[in-house]
Amino acid sequence: MLTLFYLFAAISVLSALVVVAARSPVNSVIALIVCFLSIAGHYILLNAQFLAVVHIIVYTGAIMVLFLFVIMLLNLNRSSEPQKSLATRVAAVVAGGLVLLTLLAAVRQGISVEPARDFDIGTGLVRSVGRSLFNEFLLPFEVSSVLFLSAMVGAVMLGRREKNPQAA
Amino acid sequence: MNEVVSAIRLVPLEHYVMLSFALFSIGLAGVLFRRNTIIILMCLELMFNSVNLLLTAFSAHHSDPGGQVFVFFIMLVAAAEVTVGLAILVMMKRNVDSVDIDQLNRLRW
Repeated sequence: MLTLFYLFAAISVLSALVVVAARSPVNSVIALIVCFLSIAGHYILLNAQFLAVVHIIVYTGAIMVLFLFVIMLLNLNRSSEPQKSLATRVAAVVAGGLVLLTLLAAVRQGISVEPARDFDIGTGLVRSVGRSLFNEFLLPFEVSSVLFLSAMVGAVMLGRREKNPQAA
Repeated sequence: MNEVVSAIRLVPLEHYVMLSFALFSIGLAGVLFRRNTIIILMCLELMFNSVNLLLTAFSAHHSDPGGQVFVFFIMLVAAAEVTVGLAILVMMKRNVDSVDIDQLNRLRW
């Protein structure tokens, strides 16, 4: 179990580094898909089966395909993209490292987790998540459909080609 | 029953915390590191996912499905955000013929 965790953790961290470092956007997308699949493995290790399936469908199936389509449509697969200056890149790495250091220092003394008294074995299965979603979180669930509708309308409006830009 | 509980508890919560901190920092460094807008959007997804992983780990250790419902909502918001972000990217490519984020520093063309 612990070995599996370390395996998935190594895969996710390494592929996340490849996402940042790869020259070609397509390589970044492939590395990000690998990273998402390893995160789905973490979900399964945590017995969050519903989330693992939804994660694979939504992220790997929908969002990353959307990224790939945009890269393909815009013909972005040129590796000679503009790079930031060396000072900016060093500053970016230093800033990321400092954030990591700060976050790690915040949990240096460990996290005390009170063991749940009535541990429900079904937590993370479809039944438990669905029951919580449609009882406590019914209103946010319905509001999120409005959010989706507005995002869809916004994307169509932004992506529409203007008829005659000079006339305006 | 006890096998599942002990299997979940076998990986300490601190490990998940450190892993998601590492992923978050890599995503943050990537946002600062790159100029390509599409890579910046992907690094945002990476940061979303590190937070999702942390929420799921705490939810599983506490046996509370509420955390996993929150992860579900974060996925919804991330999907909407990617839709609008990629539409903006397509519009930017059409208008200034570039995906360089530094081209957008004037808030107008």
